[in-house]
Amino acid sequence: MQKFTVLKAKAAPMPRANIDTDLIIPKQFLKTIQRSGLGKNLFNDLRYDEQGNERDDFVLNQEAYRHANILVTGENFGCGSSREHAPWSLLDFGIQCVIAESFADIFYNNCFKNGILPIKVSSEDVEQLMQAAENKENEFNIDLEQQSITVGNHQIDFEIDAFRKHCLLNGLDDIGLTLQNESAIQDFEQKRTKQKAWL
Amino acid sequence: MTKLKTLYDKIWEDHLVAQSDAGDDLIYIDRHLIHEVTTPQAFEGLRMSGRKVRNPKATLGVIDHNVSTHKNRHQGVEVEEDSRLQVETLRQNCDEFGVELYDILDVRQGIVHVIGPEQGFTLPGTTVVCGDSHTSTHGAFGALAFGIGTSEVEHVLATQTLRMKKLKNMRVLVEGSLPLGVTAKDLILAIIGEIGTAGGTGHVIEFSGQAFHDLSVEGRMTVCNMAIEGGARAGLIAPDEKTFEYFKGRPFAPKGDDWDKAVEYWETLKTDEGASFDKEVVISANNIVPQVTWGTSPEDVLPITEQVPEVSNDAVKRAIEYMGLIPGQPLQDVKIDKVFIGSCTNSRIEDMRAAAEIVKGKKVADNVYAMVVPGSGLVKEQAEEEGLDKIFMHAGFDWREPGCSMCLAMNVDKLQPGERCASTSNRNFEGRQGRGGRTHLMSPAMAAAAALKGSLADVREYQ
Repeated sequence: MQKFTVLKAKAAPMPRANIDTDLIIPKQFLKTIQRSGLGKNLFNDLRYDEQGNERDDFVLNQEAYRHANILVTGENFGCGSSREHAPWSLLDFGIQCVIAESFADIFYNNCFKNGILPIKVSSEDVEQLMQAAENKENEFNIDLEQQSITVGNHQIDFEIDAFRKHCLLNGLDDIGLTLQNESAIQDFEQKRTKQKAWL
Repeated sequence: MTKLKTLYDKIWEDHLVAQSDAGDDLIYIDRHLIHEVTTPQAFEGLRMSGRKVRNPKATLGVIDHNVSTHKNRHQGVEVEEDSRLQVETLRQNCDEFGVELYDILDVRQGIVHVIGPEQGFTLPGTTVVCGDSHTSTHGAFGALAFGIGTSEVEHVLATQTLRMKKLKNMRVLVEGSLPLGVTAKDLILAIIGEIGTAGGTGHVIEFSGQAFHDLSVEGRMTVCNMAIEGGARAGLIAPDEKTFEYFKGRPFAPKGDDWDKAVEYWETLKTDEGASFDKEVVISANNIVPQVTWGTSPEDVLPITEQVPEVSNDAVKRAIEYMGLIPGQPLQDVKIDKVFIGSCTNSRIEDMRAAAEIVKGKKVADNVYAMVVPGSGLVKEQAEEEGLDKIFMHAGFDWREPGCSMCLAMNVDKLQPGERCASTSNRNFEGRQGRGGRTHLMSPAMAAAAALKGSLADVREYQ
């Protein structure tokens, strides 16, 4: 997994609540057996019309945001299905950080497994950052170590779980970490066989 | 005094392998269900790092999400090439890693959340995961069950554990009993209408009160299935006599002495009296009316006796436009094109019976295409034994093979742009049942009534 330390980039504003994972990546693109290549279909139905032409009014089709690496959006982002294709498609497009008032649990979790930083901030902060993102000249500076978002002279701090931060900063693979607990897992399995033989 | 615990606290503690200083726990996973869509990349990850499936016997595979529901599907009818490749990949992976798979010609094949309990693979007090958000369904039996992403699927395959932070406790207490003609689906839709789609975020919801006690285990599955639509990764209902009775004799259920020991343990699986919850909602069952969604989020729900809401904000405006509705229009005047009875929410035998009872001896409206997709081969077999297939077909329904089908439209069963569907599934998101498709969620009996009338209908007028 790629490390996340500091990100200096354009942020695309998507002022809409409850953006679900079907909207992020529709079902017809879930039939892949790979992780890569989903970026071109990120937000497919919002981004393209029925004929496959780009919709001019969609933010990621506008010149200033075509290469945005950050998304600022409404509450409950990523609700719905557990499909990890949602963070895969964001990452493949180039989005490495999503800022929102709140996230659905499974999506939030999936982000960390892919080196994407989901940042929760207050609704007032989202409002300010949304305005900042709407100014096409602005660049956002996200510093994970410092837990801060800076735009111009304005700085907003954010909270993040210490372990998740550690893994993102170092690009750590979860499975390798867990296997360091091998003896604890074995002990648990022995106890379980004794107490719950039916399993 | 020992600390009073919720059911969630108890199951969590029972599965604690290790705790880290950072506050995340390593939790043991008893049961892992896998399907074709969210696993190819996980197995690929195992292969690339030279890892094995730690406990193949704790893992069960089934093909459900993108399969054709045509009766000649085993001959390739209505099978798309990319779906075929995904199915074939699961076959190869299960074979290579020693995991049992219910393939297309196996009568045990069906929707992952239907077959888990049906086989007794899901059991009370177990931890159950699957790369599918509706894994919450299994909470109906007092199992801690939740959906995971593909990276976590790989993690469970390799380690039989998950690394996570404990969620908070929430209780939805429903007092009183449901009126006649009001079902588990109406109850959970009404709850989501009350708490909103983010109401349970960060929590496990325990459903308690008379209404859940009264429900059959299948009704409880419908409720827990949609806990995720209320934002909660898992829903829970304490197991009781009905639960134990349900599992007796199922293939993976304990037998003999083990059965008695298991029941003794299962009886301890309830929230201690006086245990506290981080969040609590109390709802009265007595006044619930059959529910139907009007918008593009499951929280956009109303009693069938109401009208399409007036535009109060941008989100409502967008939803009404997408759905092609008129503010103030009575819901019962909304014409439909298709009816879908199926999905992990409502495709079990009781759902089939409830819908069949409404359509028996009647005809589907001329303007409507209606389909029934049983949740598993065994549900289908049981329904056919009871003659339900004939009732549906005489009424003009299509009687299909098991799978997820038009709930998420990953196979050829889908809506065309602008088409409107009365659906027993769980999500009415934009494009969920096909690009531009319009979904109204409701119970199987309500969907059956809509099929007859050709528009949204109050099932109580058909009972």
